[in-house]
Amino acid sequence: MEYMILLHSDESAAPDFAPGTPEFDEMMGEWMAFNAELAEGGHMIGGASLAPTATATTLHKSPEGNTMTDGPYAETKEQLGGYYVIEAADLDEALAIAAKVPIPYGSFEVRPIAFRPEA
Amino acid sequence: MDNIDAELAQLVRHDAPRVLALLAGRFGDLHLADDAVADALAEAAKQWPTQGVPDNPGAWLNRVATRRAIDRVRRLDVERRRTREAAPELHADPNETTTMHDTFLVDDPITDPNLSEDQLRLMFLCCHPALGTDAQVALTLRLIAGLTTDEIAAAYLVPTPTLAQRISRAKAKIRDAAIPLHMPEHLEHRLDAVLSVLYLVFNEGYLGRGEDAEPMRVDLCEEALRLTRSLLDLLPDHAEVHGLLALELFHHARSDARLDANADLVLLPDQDRTSWHQPEIEQGNAALREAMALNAPGRYQMQAMIAGYHTNAGDPADTNWTRIAALYDRLVMIDPSPIVALNRAVAIGMAESPQAGLDALPQSDDLADYHLFHAAQAELLVMAGNVNAARAAFAQARLLARNPAEIRHLDRRLADTA
Repeated sequence: MEYMILLHSDESAAPDFAPGTPEFDEMMGEWMAFNAELAEGGHMIGGASLAPTATATTLHKSPEGNTMTDGPYAETKEQLGGYYVIEAADLDEALAIAAKVPIPYGSFEVRPIAFRPEA
Repeated sequence: MDNIDAELAQLVRHDAPRVLALLAGRFGDLHLADDAVADALAEAAKQWPTQGVPDNPGAWLNRVATRRAIDRVRRLDVERRRTREAAPELHADPNETTTMHDTFLVDDPITDPNLSEDQLRLMFLCCHPALGTDAQVALTLRLIAGLTTDEIAAAYLVPTPTLAQRISRAKAKIRDAAIPLHMPEHLEHRLDAVLSVLYLVFNEGYLGRGEDAEPMRVDLCEEALRLTRSLLDLLPDHAEVHGLLALELFHHARSDARLDANADLVLLPDQDRTSWHQPEIEQGNAALREAMALNAPGRYQMQAMIAGYHTNAGDPADTNWTRIAALYDRLVMIDPSPIVALNRAVAIGMAESPQAGLDALPQSDDLADYHLFHAAQAELLVMAGNVNAARAAFAQARLLARNPAEIRHLDRRLADTA
């Protein structure tokens, strides 16, 4: 079986340590140890840390025409059904790829990846 | 000294947006360009009063801002190298360095900058749909029109820090989400967003007028007209740009007649038509003719035609309500918003009968809190002879209205129908 773990947390409460400080090194050490544990146990398929929600754009797809809004996906009437991690030159290319996802109705949040460990 | 102030103001309004757009394109970094131009403007304010105004202020600004941008790139490079050494795992490519082309280092690449294409690209970036509407408006006024944060905040009656934060958040999103600075692939679709920002700016100036009469307030109508005209210079083949210009001109031609000496609202049928600006009406007619010749109908052209029927009527009784109602029939198909449907009902009320207008009123929850819905319904009820229901609707409109001139107008209508 393969699983996806969705990490929801309060981004305003996330630690904001500067690179080079002991606190930062300690935090990164925990993440790297966790990632290494997953990799060694044969669990790691992929994962990434996302940039804050302020960078998010949500594409609302419908056959009547697509629209987009500034910000993360906030409705609850649609459910998360999958995800892609893609490489794109800029937001326009990322949004164009999102618009091609073969789901006729849906809201696709597009957000930059902040950091991705080696799988 | 006055001369220096005027030169500096001209530098901020005219040259700074051009240089900003040029640098943003050349360095591929809006933040950097904006900071560098701000540095250069500060230098001008410090240097010019003692050393005099340079012969070509635009070229001076370009040269100084370019140098400041290069300084910033170098500093950033040093900083990055430091973080990279401290935390190499944060960098996808450990050998990555800032891309800095030799062309940036040209000391004075232009003396007579014709930067319109750069500014157009930047305008599309400011109006990118991944940004909220408020942010689009603020960015356009700040980066394209060259207004200061203080001026925009005063024009929109919001505190300066709120406006400053709105702009810095939008700039951060542009940088962090990598919203690109290039001409959009689907120009028509994105052009619509640009036109809608310009019309929002125009409307804010038009409807906000008379309220909080501050003599120093920037005239947003003039700014919107100026930006629409320059957009038209760049995109003369786009019918909707002509349409928007015509629409703005028809409204603007009537702006002096909209308020009386007491800053009270004067409705269209009661306005002194001799105070309408005939040259602007002629310009509006010309813009509309050019739009129609391009044979690509759209919402702004239809609204301009409607405004044109009103503005070209010498007497309220000459208004061609049948044509106006027919135009609203078409407009409501491409813009099915409750506001358009409301205006369509009013036109039908005038063209056919008050009852037909009442029957055509849209039944939308979105309009329940909209004072003009109740005011329009009240006027139709007055015309239909149902004064009691009309008074109730006027009272509802009075409860919801916010603009002091509109509130006074509704009070008068309540008194008229008592």
